[in-house]
Amino acid sequence: MSLLAWIPFYPLVSFLILIALGKRLSWGLASTLSVGAIALSAISSALVISQLASADSGIISVKLWSWFSLGGGEVNFSFYLDSLSAVMISVVSGVGLLIHAYAAAYMKNDENFSRFMAYMNLFIVAMLILVLADNLVLLYLGWEGVGLCSFLLIGFWYQEKENVLAARKAFIVTRVGDTAMAIGLFLLFKSLGELNIVAVNASAHALWQIGDELPYWIALLLLGGAVGKSAQLPLQTWLPDAMAGPTPVSALIHAATMVTAGVYLIARMQGVFLLSPEVMSYVAWIGALTLLLAGVAALAQKDIKRVLAYSTMSQIGYMMLALGAGAWSAGVFHLMTHAFFKALLFLTAGSVILALHHQQDLFKMGGLLKKLPVESGLFIVGLICLMALPGTSGFFSKEAIIATLWSSPTAGPVLWWGAILGALLTSIYSCRLFFLAFLGASREHDKVHDLHHDHPSVLLRWPLFLLALLSLFGGLISLDFTEVFSVASSADGVQEPAWLHSLAIATPFIGIAFAWFFFKSYRDNNGEALEMKPGGLNRFCGDGLGFDWLYHYLLVRPYCFLANINRRDVIDQLLMFNGWYVRLWHDALSASQNGSLRWYAAGIGLAVVCLAGVITL
Amino acid sequence: MTAIPLNHVLILACILFSIGFIGVIVRKNTLFILMSLEIMLNAVGVAFIGAGSVWQQADGQIMFILILSLAAAEVAIGLALLIRMQRRYQSLDIDKLSEMRG
Repeated sequence: MSLLAWIPFYPLVSFLILIALGKRLSWGLASTLSVGAIALSAISSALVISQLASADSGIISVKLWSWFSLGGGEVNFSFYLDSLSAVMISVVSGVGLLIHAYAAAYMKNDENFSRFMAYMNLFIVAMLILVLADNLVLLYLGWEGVGLCSFLLIGFWYQEKENVLAARKAFIVTRVGDTAMAIGLFLLFKSLGELNIVAVNASAHALWQIGDELPYWIALLLLGGAVGKSAQLPLQTWLPDAMAGPTPVSALIHAATMVTAGVYLIARMQGVFLLSPEVMSYVAWIGALTLLLAGVAALAQKDIKRVLAYSTMSQIGYMMLALGAGAWSAGVFHLMTHAFFKALLFLTAGSVILALHHQQDLFKMGGLLKKLPVESGLFIVGLICLMALPGTSGFFSKEAIIATLWSSPTAGPVLWWGAILGALLTSIYSCRLFFLAFLGASREHDKVHDLHHDHPSVLLRWPLFLLALLSLFGGLISLDFTEVFSVASSADGVQEPAWLHSLAIATPFIGIAFAWFFFKSYRDNNGEALEMKPGGLNRFCGDGLGFDWLYHYLLVRPYCFLANINRRDVIDQLLMFNGWYVRLWHDALSASQNGSLRWYAAGIGLAVVCLAGVITL
Repeated sequence: MTAIPLNHVLILACILFSIGFIGVIVRKNTLFILMSLEIMLNAVGVAFIGAGSVWQQADGQIMFILILSLAAAEVAIGLALLIRMQRRYQSLDIDKLSEMRG
């Protein structure tokens, strides 16, 4: 059987073993098993991708078994690899491997270590199925699988109520998007009778014209699913709270896998999206608005991981912007580079948090540059990639996106300015984070914990170096999507002003310069405790621009109110009536069964009289 | 000797039967219930004898002998049960025995 089929198989086996044996496995065995499984996946992915280069048709596909038949056709459990899914599996298994290795070290002292690694493995399985699926039903299986795993992992430390609430929130909010997507899939199946991805993209083109109503609704519903998973406006509120999980989870969910699933979905279904330019511009607008909103929110966060979470939302916003503008390959390129540097940032933040005894408050850090020089250096690498300074991987991918926006028919100059403003915000909040945590004098932490005392330093450090290398030089990986995205991006023939590119390149530096002066107090404080200014605007931004508050009053409160009114469920009452009716007869009959002989005799007598009456009449 | 009409016999049997039946229903004392049952059996016996004499058949008498022996058996067992009951509950109230409530 083809090697392709084995890729999700290794972590699945490892998951089963880990979950079955649980705590009976020692740390060494459990981590070898889980990390080794991902390593096998990564090696298999590399081999398969190298086969892909020599494959004639540019695709490799393998059919494992027929799942069920639907309508006239069959839904197969089969995998499909083209250059888009090749990029995805290399990111998922490659970055996933580094995160797993780090996680094995990070979580070493947790008493539920093997449960943690089991969930992580299952996450990778689900994500691999998602990206390799050749039909939308299988894709949906993986899609729900990552949702489940993120629920399990965010609430991993379930002993604390906040974590459970965060997990529940992530689950419910993404479910809203998933419902939209499911309806979209039903609609797609109803109109095309087909859920195979290649066939759908082909027959959508054959059946519909650009601007038809049906593809508009289908694309809009699929966009709903993508928005939920990728934490875009208006379903973005779950992601910052999802930071309740262990830090490697944040890296895995936010960098490599789950949140990019929405981007992948849109890129996969490009045949449908291309048919409705309106939805394409919705995608672009959602991306741009999320980008700005998350950027502003990141400016006022206290928790180091929440800054990164908002930064992830805004970077996904860039990807959506690219997809909406029709720059498919630029979007996927940014997905890849973002996976590198965001994983690096999260994992380094994890090391910092470990070193400070689980302190996540930025205002209690400071001066870490001297105390943790290696981690600081790695963090700087991550940040300059995030800010897209020239030469880094983030630069190449972000510039590729920004370059297409101005003249794209579905985007345009307004969104170009949005992207530039987003880049400015990115560099400002990155600098703020850096100044607060790494410069100045230390606040509140007298003793920095020696990381490598009780965590194996090989696993804790080497993944970071590899990720840093990938972040710096990942931009040199050239991706060729000509087979997948047949429609070339439409940047030709339109006159673009010459200053566009220079401004785009200069923007991060402007942001740094601005932050250098504006956050002077954060930069050179000398040890006294810093407090965030308690202003209303600050709090408003810190709470994610009030979306949680809005949803609470708009949805949660009315729902609870209605639920309270309907405490004795109306429909339930109807069903209860059945029970009551049966019960009534039961009571009547059992009352007649009273054990009194004379009563029975009287009953017989009465019956005889009635019978005689009936016969004589 | 003028023959008694069958109707009269049956009316007597009905009256006797009803008296016995009412006795079974209204009495609490098990001894009286037993006696009422005897009255009912006798009522049936009267009906059989009357029918047998009207139709000049021996079957009526045979049935009555059967009923007599049945009644004897019933009384034997019933009285034995009554004694046990008196020993155990110090009472002959039939309602005390209603343990087989549904």
